[in-house]
Amino acid sequence: MPHRTFLAFILPSILAMLLFIATPIVSFAVQSLYIEHDKILVVSETCQPLGGCVKETRVDSEATAKLRHDHPLGKFNGFGIYQDHNHLAFADIGNIFAGNFGFYETVARIYDLPFYRALVFTLTYALTVTPLAMCLGFVIALAVNAVPKLLKGPVIFFSLLPMVVTPLIGSLVVYWMINADGILGAALQHITHNPNLSLKASPTMTWITLICYGVWINAPFSFIVFYSGLQTVPSDTMESAMIDGASRLQRVRFVVLPTLMPLAVFVTLVQLMDNFRVLEPIIGFNAAANATSLSYSIYTALNNQSAQMFSSAAATSVLTITGVIILLTPVLIKTAREFGFRT
Amino acid sequence: MSSVAHRRPLSLAIMSTAFVLLWLVLAAFPYIWTVWGSFKVEADFFSRETWQNALFGVKTVQQTGVPFTGGGYYGAWVESQFWRSVINTAIVALCVTTISLTLGTLGGYALSRTVHRYKFWILIVALVFRAMPDITLVSGYLLPFFQLNIWGYLPTTIIVLVALNQPFTLWMLYSFFVNIPKELDESALVDGCSRFQAFRLAVMPVMWPGVITTGLFSFLLGYNDFAVTSMLLTQENQTMIPKISSFLFKIQSEGHVMYAVAAVVSATAPLFILIMFFQRQLVAGLTAGAVKG
Repeated sequence: MPHRTFLAFILPSILAMLLFIATPIVSFAVQSLYIEHDKILVVSETCQPLGGCVKETRVDSEATAKLRHDHPLGKFNGFGIYQDHNHLAFADIGNIFAGNFGFYETVARIYDLPFYRALVFTLTYALTVTPLAMCLGFVIALAVNAVPKLLKGPVIFFSLLPMVVTPLIGSLVVYWMINADGILGAALQHITHNPNLSLKASPTMTWITLICYGVWINAPFSFIVFYSGLQTVPSDTMESAMIDGASRLQRVRFVVLPTLMPLAVFVTLVQLMDNFRVLEPIIGFNAAANATSLSYSIYTALNNQSAQMFSSAAATSVLTITGVIILLTPVLIKTAREFGFRT
Repeated sequence: MSSVAHRRPLSLAIMSTAFVLLWLVLAAFPYIWTVWGSFKVEADFFSRETWQNALFGVKTVQQTGVPFTGGGYYGAWVESQFWRSVINTAIVALCVTTISLTLGTLGGYALSRTVHRYKFWILIVALVFRAMPDITLVSGYLLPFFQLNIWGYLPTTIIVLVALNQPFTLWMLYSFFVNIPKELDESALVDGCSRFQAFRLAVMPVMWPGVITTGLFSFLLGYNDFAVTSMLLTQENQTMIPKISSFLFKIQSEGHVMYAVAAVVSATAPLFILIMFFQRQLVAGLTAGAVKG
């Protein structure tokens, strides 16, 4: 296909991506270097004939508004915002290490810093949910593949529900059930004979709940991709494996898994990307007190609607995409290589 | 597949069936329970005494006289004007799907037919773009959108969602078109068609399975999005998902949990119907395209 025709076909798509994905990245990267203007203060002196002079400082709101209007980005701040308490917090980290606490105390104190708290949860969530959901999805795919043909339709339909339903809605539905007054929460209290048991109270319980929830909504995607993949497993290879006396497990291990391997890379990639941006479950489960994610930090900063927070959100965004790129580079390189061989 | 060689030992068959059943309960029960509960009053759905109240609607009978009530739905749809968000969601989801697919099929087709090296780079860059969390990009949109005075409108949001959706759409459709034989459109070219005519006359008739699968994912993205729609739309332009999240704040002050439950069920119902009709195509499309890639 000549360059011109190619360009004509793909230009709209490329333009959309450049305008609304590449440009915003530049936009928030620039934004993160600026900080909101200080208020303009005017000092006025009022002198009374006998009482001497009183100096008064007040905010010149008109001038402040004008300055903000003329320079909406704010004033240049360099990497200042990256270093403050809410982001990388170099000063705090320095103090913690200088304090020479024991190992656990050091970790606990670092975990108390907002950015690291969010980072730790985001990484834990992405790195536990992805493999667990994929394993579950694979097992479901194998099991559903053996279901009689007539029942396959309904089984697949119900299996897909956790995936297609909006994450926020899914988390609300589950949240209402595990509520102390909901059916699961009440059942748990009944089983454990502990009327105060709540899945929301302790950080550990919240984390486990969120991760289980994550596995629940992510498994169907792995399931449907692997299930579709199972339909393409060559029957000749399968039959020759059977003739060679391979057991059921060996057939899965040596015939099915290798066929599905490229798919597994694809699913890992997509799921890591999706899980790294975890936001809705934290809102739905009202879990911010015990678990926050990087996306959630940005979300709350933006919801604050003041320019100061714009810079903060921008800085967290830069740090987040740095994290995404570090996390995904190995998988990306693998994909790029495989892809390069094929072309 | 019913030959003796393929028959499974009984123990395995039982285990596998039991597992499927367990999974089905896990996957479907929360939704069935919520749909059932949405027709009860709050005292039943969140019963302090016993879960059977939610099943039989004891308090619902006491309060309304009948075991099923549409009170939550009335509150959500009429009092809280949920219907506005429903219309907005319909507009956003349909536009996002149509525009995404139009751009995506053209782009994906071009990528699958070119032999130049840049196709590799475009696809890898698209993959990197796909990895960017939506909310980080939103933080880059807000200030420029305020300045340009395009913040808060549905078209802005639609274009943003289309763009965010492009990387995935391009990849899906690319891997689908690669599996459509080149000879098909090349013979059309030989017969004197232009590239676009070849695409329209030779490729379009056979591309629907892939387009439907990709379209489903695009629709879900437009329908389910929270990060973008909650930050980029004004109150009256809100779609369903941000509307429901704003219900949550209202609940805490006014105690209308059942409104939110009813709204949640209303927002889920179209998805149920969609999947019921399209799950066969979903598997077929994935089998023909993405999973072969």
